[in-house]
Amino acid sequence: MLRRSLLAAAAVALAMAPAAFAQGDAPIPVGAIEILSGPNAAYGTAIRAGLELALEEVNAQGVGGRKIALTVEDSAGNKDQAINAARKLIGRDKVVAVIGPTLSNEMFAVGPVVNERKIPIIGTSTTAVGITEIGPYVFRTSLPESDVIPVTLARAKARSVKTIALMYANDDAFSKSGFDTMKAAAEKAGLNILAIESFGSKDTDFSAQLTKIRALKPDAVGISALVEPVSGVLLQARQLGFGKDTLFVGGNGSNSPKLGEIAGSAADGLIVGSPWFVGKDDPANQAFVAKFRAKYGRDPDQFAAQAYDCMHILADAIGRAGTPEPAKIRDALLATKHGGVMGPFTFTPGRDPASTEGVVVLAMQGGKFGIASE
Amino acid sequence: MLAQQLVNGVLLGATYALFALGFTLMFGVLRVINLTYGFYFSAGALLALWMARQGASIWLALPLASLGAGCIAVVLDWMLLTRLRRVQAPELSSLMVTLGGVLALYSALTSWLGPDIRRLPPGIVSADAFLVGDVRVTAAQILILGATALLVGALLLLMRGTRLGLAIRAMAEKPDAAQLMGIDTGQAAALVSFISGCLAGAGGVLIGLNFNAIHPYMGEAMMLRGFVVIIVGGLGDIRGALLAGLALGVIEVMTAGYVSSGLKEAVAFLILVAVLWTRPSGLFGRAVLRRA
Repeated sequence: MLRRSLLAAAAVALAMAPAAFAQGDAPIPVGAIEILSGPNAAYGTAIRAGLELALEEVNAQGVGGRKIALTVEDSAGNKDQAINAARKLIGRDKVVAVIGPTLSNEMFAVGPVVNERKIPIIGTSTTAVGITEIGPYVFRTSLPESDVIPVTLARAKARSVKTIALMYANDDAFSKSGFDTMKAAAEKAGLNILAIESFGSKDTDFSAQLTKIRALKPDAVGISALVEPVSGVLLQARQLGFGKDTLFVGGNGSNSPKLGEIAGSAADGLIVGSPWFVGKDDPANQAFVAKFRAKYGRDPDQFAAQAYDCMHILADAIGRAGTPEPAKIRDALLATKHGGVMGPFTFTPGRDPASTEGVVVLAMQGGKFGIASE
Repeated sequence: MLAQQLVNGVLLGATYALFALGFTLMFGVLRVINLTYGFYFSAGALLALWMARQGASIWLALPLASLGAGCIAVVLDWMLLTRLRRVQAPELSSLMVTLGGVLALYSALTSWLGPDIRRLPPGIVSADAFLVGDVRVTAAQILILGATALLVGALLLLMRGTRLGLAIRAMAEKPDAAQLMGIDTGQAAALVSFISGCLAGAGGVLIGLNFNAIHPYMGEAMMLRGFVVIIVGGLGDIRGALLAGLALGVIEVMTAGYVSSGLKEAVAFLILVAVLWTRPSGLFGRAVLRRA
């Protein structure tokens, strides 16, 4: 009896030994689901570049003596393909955490699947409302627009803006929700809203709305629309005599280099908040931009920067968890204190980014974005 | 503010009238709802853009782009509609053929050039505004007003004062009778297509210049307003198109300026419905055509 159980124990020990040994230095599997093909492939490709750059740095140091093995699956921007990718990563690759997917609507499909398996999933580019409410394992490192606009308006206030007129495209969900955010933020900031004017996102004539706004002489004009109509509004505003004394404030749609290409110098002076900026003058960011240029031969964009930080945040959490168990990684993620290229980073208890300290307010000058003066 | 809004309205109205001139001519004389019209408008603007990027001045690019759009119109009209005219196909067939044609053309243009919004080089006309009291008008806007007035005058002169105009009007009245009187209706149709295309092309360049938004679908965006103008003004009625265009522009701007910008769009189409109910042959009641 005793002998038999000793034998059994020895057998178990023998069986366990190689497993424990393997666990000692085998790479820790981590998955990512991004759009690598199709019309939105530019986003996923940028994200993958950011992740892989961070991965090199992580693996050069090691995480608790081990490396991280990253598997990137293509969702092609398709929800079903994204869900299949998640199942494959969890079932075949036994990943301990998932990064992605690229779009908010993909996250709404994939989040519940991964959350149910109790594996942490972190969005790096998902800004819609309600992402982290999917479940306790769903995180995101991207700032929602409702966190960025208040920072932009605070800058406007610092430039002694007291009154504002708001304009938005009323036939497009993105522009309307940006307008709601902007209106709420303006009210909260104590700005006096003089007028609210709408237009269609395909309109080319904004003269009636702009003439009305000009007669009210607001200190600032906030615009929530895609970049094409914003450019049209600015060009026509200059024709109608809006000068440097009116501060134009853009929403997320204005944060595009196309603004300078279409509107040229008419866009000069417009300010817009951005979670990140390539020319941000802090050592961590400068080092990141230099390494990215050296590896890929081009400038990183916001999506690459967000992904780069996310990979470091995840590696740090795996290291602090001590063992690559998903539940422990989740707890470690919640206690994150990271200083990355986007600025100081912690999670709220609701698993959203807690700090807006990293938001950069940009201003147009000569058709290009630069960091706005105070 | 009222004065500036009135000027805004007149300028917007002038762009509507400018767009509608060629459309109403094509519609009134050739008796087809030719939906390719918007394409000539886009083509004119894109041609001028291309020439301006090669270094041409606006005074060269504008007439050349206009003539280019006219030639495109003749070719497309010949390709799409000659056969239908010969067999005297019902109006619905020409509507469907031109609808299919124009969608194919827009998609081809978009896949070739991309959907991006472009603008003419900023310095091509002076961006300085003229100040009259509180009212600001830019050079591009004066160019639009001038061109609209000039083109309306020239068209009226052509239609009323020349034998060619007489032939065109005869054809609008009764094509068969016109042919019996020795008018080469095929040639006259080509000529009307050419003039309409030129007008569309010139409109595209000037409106693209004023609104700084040139893209393949820009003609499509103007088509609905164009319909309202030519129906309210009366099909084929040049003076009607001018007056209806101006009225529509002023009413839209006044609605946005003094009522609500959300209603701007709705007003145009409410007017259309009201006019069709009360005066089906156009507000100015001088519809020159249709089997009266």
